[in-house]
Amino acid sequence: MIEVEVEKRLGSFELAARFAAPDAGVTALFGRSGAGKTSIVNMPAGLLRPDRGRISVGGETLFSSADGVDLPPERRRLGYIFQEGRLFPHYSVRGNLTYGAGRHDPAIGFDAVVALLGLGALLERRPGDLSGGEKQRVAIGRALLASPRLLLMDEPLASLDAPRKGEILPFIERLRDELRIPIFYVSHAMEEIVRLADTLVLLSDGKVAAVGTVEELTSRLDLRPLTGRYEAGAVIRATVAGHDVTYGLTELSFPGGRLRVSHLALPLGTPVRVRIRARDVALATTRPTGISIRNVVAARVVEIAPDQGPLVDIRLDIGRPEQPVALWARITKRAARELNLAVGGEVFALLKTVALDRSSLGRYDPAAGAFGDDEAG
Amino acid sequence: MLELSPLEIEALRLSLRVGAWSVLASLPLGLAAAFLLARRRFPGKLLLDGLVHLPLVLPPVVVGFALLVLFGRHGPIGGVLYERLGISFAFNWKGAALASAVMGFPLMVRAMRLSLELVDRRLEQAARTLGAGRLRVFLTITLPLMAPGILTGVILAFARSISEFGATITFVSNIPGETRTLPLALYALTQVPGGDAAAWRLAVLSVALAMAALIVSELVARRLGRRLQGLA
Repeated sequence: MIEVEVEKRLGSFELAARFAAPDAGVTALFGRSGAGKTSIVNMPAGLLRPDRGRISVGGETLFSSADGVDLPPERRRLGYIFQEGRLFPHYSVRGNLTYGAGRHDPAIGFDAVVALLGLGALLERRPGDLSGGEKQRVAIGRALLASPRLLLMDEPLASLDAPRKGEILPFIERLRDELRIPIFYVSHAMEEIVRLADTLVLLSDGKVAAVGTVEELTSRLDLRPLTGRYEAGAVIRATVAGHDVTYGLTELSFPGGRLRVSHLALPLGTPVRVRIRARDVALATTRPTGISIRNVVAARVVEIAPDQGPLVDIRLDIGRPEQPVALWARITKRAARELNLAVGGEVFALLKTVALDRSSLGRYDPAAGAFGDDEAG
Repeated sequence: MLELSPLEIEALRLSLRVGAWSVLASLPLGLAAAFLLARRRFPGKLLLDGLVHLPLVLPPVVVGFALLVLFGRHGPIGGVLYERLGISFAFNWKGAALASAVMGFPLMVRAMRLSLELVDRRLEQAARTLGAGRLRVFLTITLPLMAPGILTGVILAFARSISEFGATITFVSNIPGETRTLPLALYALTQVPGGDAAAWRLAVLSVALAMAALIVSELVARRLGRRLQGLA
């Protein structure tokens, strides 16, 4: 268990955060810029001293204002991957990688890190002539080789363009799945969080607004202002149920139905998380025919939440009676009235396959989340 | 014509020795002063800053006179050093090195302080999260990254030492083989009739020495610069 309970005044900004995270998996710290995300990860790292509070990792107290404990950063054994990499310019890639190595029994050796992150060809290069993505891979390797008990990642992809992000994300997934080092992942990009995180800590104005699974928090209407309006939607857990080789599609099964998405190179039975944005869901009162949309799911209206504008958010249940699965649809108020939508009504949710791209799909570890008993079928 | 006379060789060797010792001895102190001024806040910081820079704005004769009063064999500092440790700065090459060191100190500290202020502290933080303690961070990150500043400071202080005149002649006088460095020898030659030609030769020698120091420092700085940008 990783426990963080901190208070800190930074000028007129008052930071007071308290949350616990599991010893495995990715815990995402999500919030707008200025919410205090970086300050909060700097405190476990020992780079920012809380005014009051307690921080412990795996039973060891790193900071406690009550007991007068404040370990210096070098004795905390936390790996920190910064937004800007922060490679040492006067060392080669190899020198950077080994800078923190050898002080503790490594959970992963030099050769394994080089192989995991694909750094073999870069070892004798200098940081100055690496691309942004390469720099971040070296920074990740450098942190891993210092044998951390917890990895802190402060928007590691924020300075990269979309193709580079896509290049790094699989490496972070491998860290999570293969090394089983707990990770604190700071981000303001929901698609990264859906792909990586199990637990979500929502931050707002230096306070923790909510802690829970990604599925739970993204489906809560009261958290919409924090999880993002444009990006609003639901996250559904499913498993890979089949591959359609002819058309290059993968079929996912969730309690209550199936979804077709673009081909995923994952074995059958792999648990995945699918983020479905509310604006990508259309509704029909009868099962439509002669339509290109392949994902048509029977749904029940659970809640109708009008917006201030011309739009309305409809919360649907597309699961089974004993296993509800939340889905959000964003449609116009006019459509809602003309369709006579009412709570309890039966509708069909329509989902374009192309709306479910790779960035809205992530593998997850059923053991790390709060629940994880999804079975195929 | 290109052969150096024994007198010239003597003055040149003395200048180099005085310059080298003044720079070497003031280097640790200069680093400490640069570190305090760049990184620490403490009461009296402004005073220290002023004191370090004082030799830059004072007439060198005043510095020489102050050294004479403080470090003379009966002075408050010189007296103790001589009685306890047998070290004397009076009228010998060590005194000349001391005068040079004091005069070059502001230049050295200034260059090192500027480069220290440019060292990215976020890299030091990164090193600490990787398990390096303060000393290791200083030796492996801070010091290498401020190397161009240290080099510049050393070269400037050395060049200043080679050209030091006023404080030296006031403090330790103009003694052949002991305190008669290049500028002092040149001065002595201008005081005797018919010394012009010899004075010219020393002037050219001084210029050559200063140019060599500057060129070497520029070449090394370029190499270091590339290295610190993570390129070479």
